[in-house]
Amino acid sequence: MAKTIVEARGLHKHFGALHVLKGVDLDVAERELVFVIGPSGSGKSTLLRCLNRLEEPSAGSVVVDGIDLLDPKTDINHARQRIGMVFQSFNLYPHMTALGNVTLALRKVAGKSRAEADAIGRKALERVGLADRADHTPGQLSGGQQQRVAIARAIALEPRVMLFDEPTSALDPELVGSVLGVMRDLRADGMTMVVVSHEMGFARAAADRVLFMDHGVVVEEGPPAAIFENPTQDRTRAFISQIQRH
Amino acid sequence: MIQSFFNAEIAAAAMPIVLDGLLNTILLSLLVVPLGLLGGLILALLASVRHPLVRWPLMAWVDFFRAFPPLVLLVLLFAGLPFAGLELGGFACVAIAFFLNTGAYYGEILRAGIDSVPSGQIEAARSTGLSRLQSMAYVVLPQAVRNVLPDLMSNTLEVVKLTSLGSVVAVPELLFQARQAQSVTYNPTPIVMAAVIYFLILWPLVRLLSRLENRALAARR
Repeated sequence: MAKTIVEARGLHKHFGALHVLKGVDLDVAERELVFVIGPSGSGKSTLLRCLNRLEEPSAGSVVVDGIDLLDPKTDINHARQRIGMVFQSFNLYPHMTALGNVTLALRKVAGKSRAEADAIGRKALERVGLADRADHTPGQLSGGQQQRVAIARAIALEPRVMLFDEPTSALDPELVGSVLGVMRDLRADGMTMVVVSHEMGFARAAADRVLFMDHGVVVEEGPPAAIFENPTQDRTRAFISQIQRH
Repeated sequence: MIQSFFNAEIAAAAMPIVLDGLLNTILLSLLVVPLGLLGGLILALLASVRHPLVRWPLMAWVDFFRAFPPLVLLVLLFAGLPFAGLELGGFACVAIAFFLNTGAYYGEILRAGIDSVPSGQIEAARSTGLSRLQSMAYVVLPQAVRNVLPDLMSNTLEVVKLTSLGSVVAVPELLFQARQAQSVTYNPTPIVMAAVIYFLILWPLVRLLSRLENRALAARR
């Protein structure tokens, strides 16, 4: 039995009167790739953001790589180095080069010297196929390249798990492939991943498990083939047929 | 006319006094601009704490010192504090008054700059393990300052001009020295000299500011 990297139990999240997560459990095993799908407002992004405490759960527990994230004694900044996150809108620092983006946390959080950080950063950029763009600023890069730099920024810290929040939704269609390619390579290298996305082709090819969320709960989960071909719940069926029509 | 406003003889005699004043104006600016920026930075950082216990006193503070005329504040400090047993001297009073007054202005500008940086920037920084303060220092503030650079420059220009208020509390800056020279010579030429000097040091800043503003406008298009 593989080690459990992410263990979320009974997660609830309220935004004022809005009850966004209504008791969600999620286990992710080492090297597993879990896909989370669902309509907008279903709580899938909130779930993801609870896993590194960018969002504070109203109730429940989150344990990542043996660290209880909600324990007040936990050094959250230290814990977050083990949890990489990639955002829909890339969120690269526009005033720094690609290498500067990748090395900031290495120097300021991991405590590496500039030379060490640069070496690690260049290796990370090489992994996403952008070694030759190290000195470019985000404004000089395409959307796909920016997102790959963002992935490099996360993997440079050698996280135990990577969270992807709709990583390709803001990209022009012809640029999606390059980002998915990098994610496939990460997967092949054994990275544990939780991906919120509607890239069904990628989910079919790469995911171990697909979760369908709606109205703050996990409606159904299973291997991609089962969820996409033979969903047991009406809501899942309706959603799948809707996104396949497009 | 030329005899009373552009008297060469008097100008030559007053030159050392006026230049002495210029030196003090520069020193004073080099003191109060960083002080005001420091005060502004503290206020702007406090403003990013959204807690009501911080928020309301902060708002009251900023409003109060923006509504309080700086000259009145300065005179109050200079003439009032001795009654509280605190005799600070003109230079210190100017420093305190500017810290309070221009700090409030710089604070509002920097706060707008911080607000202009998308929240995704902080989230990305925090997700890599940077602390709140580190995210501010390395990610948010550099972008915030760049976004409001024309406003910061414009305020700095005002601050340099306002240093002439020091003359009221006997700080020997440019205007004070020029008035000294004027009262000794019974001739306004030294005042004209001060005016020309103010123009000469401030005009390049004004030009630079215009260029920054135009560039900011062009970037927005």
